[in-house]
Amino acid sequence: MGHIRVTGLAKAYKQYPNRWSRLLEWLVPFSPPRHHLHWVLRDVDFEIQPGEAVGIVGVNGAGKSTLLKMITGTTQPTCGQIQLHGRVAALLELGMGFHPDFTGRQNAVMAGQLLGMQVEEIEALMPQIESFAEIGDAIDHPVRTYSSGMQMRLAFSVATARRPDILIVDEALSVGDAYFQHKSFERIRSFRKAGTTLLIVSHDRSAIQSICDTAILLENGRLALRGKPEEVMDYYNAMLAQREGQIVRQEMLANGQVQTISGTGEAGILSVRLLDAQGRSLEVAEVGQPVVLEVQTEVRQDIERLILGFMIKDRLGQAIYGINTHRLDKAVTDLSAGERVTFRFAFDMRLGKGNYSVALSLSRLDSHLDRNFEWRDYGLIFHVINNRQEDFVGCAWLQAQTDITRSSETLLQLPDTERSQ
Amino acid sequence: MLLSLYRSMRSYRGFILGSVKREFQSRYRNSLFGALWTVLNPLSMIVVYTVIFSQIMRARLPGVEDGLAYSVYLCAGLLTWGLFAEITTRSQSMFLENANLLKKISFPRMCLPVITLLNAGINFAIILGLFFGFLLISGRLPGMALLALIPLLMVQVVFAAGLGMLLGMLNVFFRDVGQMVGICLQFWFWLTPIVYPLSILPPGIQHIISLNPMTALMTSYQNVFLYNQWPHWPALLPLLIIGLVLCVMALRLFRQRVGEMVDEL
Repeated sequence: MGHIRVTGLAKAYKQYPNRWSRLLEWLVPFSPPRHHLHWVLRDVDFEIQPGEAVGIVGVNGAGKSTLLKMITGTTQPTCGQIQLHGRVAALLELGMGFHPDFTGRQNAVMAGQLLGMQVEEIEALMPQIESFAEIGDAIDHPVRTYSSGMQMRLAFSVATARRPDILIVDEALSVGDAYFQHKSFERIRSFRKAGTTLLIVSHDRSAIQSICDTAILLENGRLALRGKPEEVMDYYNAMLAQREGQIVRQEMLANGQVQTISGTGEAGILSVRLLDAQGRSLEVAEVGQPVVLEVQTEVRQDIERLILGFMIKDRLGQAIYGINTHRLDKAVTDLSAGERVTFRFAFDMRLGKGNYSVALSLSRLDSHLDRNFEWRDYGLIFHVINNRQEDFVGCAWLQAQTDITRSSETLLQLPDTERSQ
Repeated sequence: MLLSLYRSMRSYRGFILGSVKREFQSRYRNSLFGALWTVLNPLSMIVVYTVIFSQIMRARLPGVEDGLAYSVYLCAGLLTWGLFAEITTRSQSMFLENANLLKKISFPRMCLPVITLLNAGINFAIILGLFFGFLLISGRLPGMALLALIPLLMVQVVFAAGLGMLLGMLNVFFRDVGQMVGICLQFWFWLTPIVYPLSILPPGIQHIISLNPMTALMTSYQNVFLYNQWPHWPALLPLLIIGLVLCVMALRLFRQRVGEMVDEL
């Protein structure tokens, strides 16, 4: 249950040169095809094991939604096959098919029926749906009085009322308030633990990296890359910044991680080091230790402006802290070929224990999307250990100051004491 | 194929019945008079035609010397034509109207025509019930020949469903079809003896009108209600055959193009 196998999948839309040509093609027997095929997805092969969580990334128009629609069965593939085992639930366009004049409860029943459930089943699930949606009495009011967030809540609750074998999520998680987002994410996680296969389309790096085992990158309708979420996301980011003449290369580092380097190459990174206060190179830092991140760069062509940015990421690739010299108001201008620029960032290592990596970017402006000289993931990997500070959990050392007051008076007496003062 | 179709319909019966119920409720929920409007529409038409044709133009049915007879004649044709017109026009637009649903949710597409048929059937049942009430009160309730209504309606529904489904599919690919259906139904209505009896036409034209397959059906309804006369069955054969052919064509087109249809919505 929950197994997905996609073989040689392709999708093309028919395009006719004018309005009459389809009619001619239909009516004239043995006539040659008068349309040409517009391919949006080609030669896609992959297999997803039960319980696996897979993220699908790609720019708009790469074919992500088409792929999901074919997997859910709303659109039929032009060639190729999709084999699914188990019950599929899709969170595509939540709230589809809600009728504004009917109450939330009636619409929930309808939505359940559309998923092929019988009324008795939905009735049995209703208390659970109500409590998860948390929209209170509104469940018995017409849906037209709902806010879009409330509709979303109800739709999500119905769609996930039963644990499916395969759950397909299309950026639906970005809707709703932070509280419900969190709650729905939690439900998806619990499904995953119980063995549901997950297929998620999202542009949210942290969503993909925190929940997925693997990621698939679609590019111009083809499967460009499949691998660990961090690798794929790094490649994807580099691809986003890709301009003509840019090179993207991925190298395997000694520790097995894949480093992505991309850019136009007018300037490049020579070395990256983490130093302690005495200027000695570090691989392991203590929590709270003052350190310096030193980056040596080389200018290969005359450029008017150079910005260096760095980002510290945790083991899962989630951003912990990032800054660049533009935001620090320290842009270097009018550089000529052959110059070397060394950047030093001093800070205290207020991070929790664990492995961290540093991604670096050399660009002209604030964003690496404009002019990307070089983008480098895993420019440096370091460890943080905690031998000197209190044993805390999490990735940030906030150095909480503790102040505890004890009193034998009960709370009820407090107002009296205030009055007497 | 039909068996698998039946199975998928069965497993989605909740959705089908729910949709029918919802359609019914949404029609009557937000209006003060509810079901009254369903009745008032054909009723106003009947009053207009009765007044204009029977009173002002002094039209009398040959062989019947009573003003109410014309109303019965009119109802027999108009109400059943209404069922035919509703099925075809609603089917013609059903795929386009549900484009969002079709594009986003995977469910057996055959549910939509079934829902359309059931909705039309319910509306017709209401109107037919009132018509029977009227016949009962006015003492014009015909006898055993009423049983002929069952096969007559079946033939009509087969024909209308086949035609409507075919038009509905075509309308997705060629949007002109939708516009055309409305106009064609107008002409078809007046080229069928519903408002006027066939016998008042000159023989040459009578012959042409008889070629219209709906003529035999409408005449049968009128004979049942007005004269308690059993239909002349062989005359209905062309309509049944055309209806079955249309159904087969519609199902074939559906099977071939249902995937492509979603791309065109």
